[in-house]
Amino acid sequence: MSATIATATTADIHNGPAPQKKRGRPPRDGRRPIRQHWGERIAPYAYVAPFFVIFIVFGLFPLLFTFYVALFDWNPIGEQTFVGLANFERLFQDDRFWNALVNTFGIFLISTVPQLLLALGLAHLLNHAALKMANFFRMALLIPYITSVAATAIVFAQIFDKNFGLINWVLGALGLPAVNFLASQVGSWIVISSMVMWRWFGYNTLLYLAGLQALPREMYEAASVDGASGWQQFIHLTIPSLRPIIIFTVIMSTIGGLQIFTEPLLVSPESGLTCGGGRQCQTLALFLYEQGFGQFKFGYGSAIGVALFVIVVVVAALNFFLSTRTRKAR
Amino acid sequence: MSDTIDEAIPQALREIGPATKTKKRSGGRVGRVGWPVYVMLGIATLISVFPLYYMFVIASAGASAVTSVPPRLYPGLNFFDIAAKVFDTVPFFQSLMNSVIVSLAVAVIASLLCALAGFAFAKLQFPGRNTLFLIVILTMTVPSQLSVIPQYLIISALGWVDTLQALIVPGLASAFGIFWMRQHMTTTLNDELMQAARIDGANSWQIFWRIGLPVVRPAVFVLGLITFTSVWNDFMWPFIVLKSPELFTVQVALKQLQANRTIDLALSMGGSFLATLPLLIVFFFVGRRMVAGIMDGAFKG
Repeated sequence: MSATIATATTADIHNGPAPQKKRGRPPRDGRRPIRQHWGERIAPYAYVAPFFVIFIVFGLFPLLFTFYVALFDWNPIGEQTFVGLANFERLFQDDRFWNALVNTFGIFLISTVPQLLLALGLAHLLNHAALKMANFFRMALLIPYITSVAATAIVFAQIFDKNFGLINWVLGALGLPAVNFLASQVGSWIVISSMVMWRWFGYNTLLYLAGLQALPREMYEAASVDGASGWQQFIHLTIPSLRPIIIFTVIMSTIGGLQIFTEPLLVSPESGLTCGGGRQCQTLALFLYEQGFGQFKFGYGSAIGVALFVIVVVVAALNFFLSTRTRKAR
Repeated sequence: MSDTIDEAIPQALREIGPATKTKKRSGGRVGRVGWPVYVMLGIATLISVFPLYYMFVIASAGASAVTSVPPRLYPGLNFFDIAAKVFDTVPFFQSLMNSVIVSLAVAVIASLLCALAGFAFAKLQFPGRNTLFLIVILTMTVPSQLSVIPQYLIISALGWVDTLQALIVPGLASAFGIFWMRQHMTTTLNDELMQAARIDGANSWQIFWRIGLPVVRPAVFVLGLITFTSVWNDFMWPFIVLKSPELFTVQVALKQLQANRTIDLALSMGGSFLATLPLLIVFFFVGRRMVAGIMDGAFKG
């Protein structure tokens, strides 16, 4: 009986205000006092349980277990020997680790800063009531986001190719010498950053655009009347209003930046797990994979995982600090 | 009419566009969106589409397109030949199917689970609700990647190495999805309606299934799309877990094709394009809703 009523009310939602008479007829057995029997009391827990069960098994437990495995010399097909903090001592003296850390942050900076600035600018351009083809532009900007990451890496590797890449062709046409991007550290950062940037700039543009469109128009009108220039409006109105979204995108980019793996792995068929002979573009995630699954050092790989975790905690703390400051500023 | 257009004239035009050079920012009244805006957006569109287009150029003209001087920038007629070669070199069709199975399974199940959990967090009262929700939020900030080694140990203890469920099951817990669905349930599902249904004797499951889920259906759909896209494009985890070529997802198959790059670049470009094509087709039909969904999520988040 309750089912029929529920169906009727669902129809109400779809068809707008419903004929009143339907609601005026409660079912006979609907008169029972509403009592929460035990099934209803535990139901909410059952509804959220799937997430927590899966998260505990595949998320929380592995996270804690990383700390445990990191204390071992752990060979997946051999034995496990407890070595205490030896993996960490080695890690801190391992140039390859510091190199991967520098690469990760270098790539993060080169890809994120210009990307978010570009996204802010584009969001501004798109934020016109009178813009024609607005939906076309928005959809076009989302195409990189749906393009396969592996495919992106493969085509960008070609565009930046040292012999037949389009970039080097343009440089040659301008009379400049060809650049072997992947040979140098900064060069390979640029290649990988451009993949990351290309993938996410449109997505972030849409986030900023959503933020801009949520702002009241009167705010800008008032500012214009008061004689604020476009630049002043941008600095004093747009940026502060978008600040929560900007912080959000910076955090998401940082977390994403720490996970960069596919791009450096696929940047060239020859570069392998080290992303080149000099580990020019090996990121932390790739270093973790190389140690764990390339060399079967699960213990050492987990120590890299713990280091990543510490970095994430620092970023999260920074996030908390920045967002509380934002709240105070209001 | 002119008023609304004036309002709409972006500060950006004065800031970034050539108009900036005139230094007449305060008085810069322009009747409509100027052409420089379209030029800049056109360039952004071109940048967004070009890599995909270039993939198709090489995949349809052959690897010689790359070595020709000047580089060839228009497609050829050999796409179907090259695509056929891709399907011959690796079990690419099987890979496409694997990707469809995994992405679809995760997208459908995870979206429904997220809607259910989002409903509970938004509309039901139960002890510990806020704490549990806080935990969900906290899990969003920890990249699962850092614990791939223990994850692999668990999968191997379950005997799931080299199986598709190793990709599906862990993907079902989506903190982002719960957060997203809770927002939508909070704003969309009417409390009075719920109360009325309760008085009529409906239990919380019936309320979810017959009222909650139908009203947030558009949001569930967009969540499903976003989930599908991200699972489809996932590389690292399938790369670690899958061993046999018949089980590879398209992304892993691409890595395999790329290893052949020295033999024929057109092949890996063809594979790359084919790996993106299904999403492009879906996007062609539902891209607007996806755009709206992403913007909506940002606005509410």
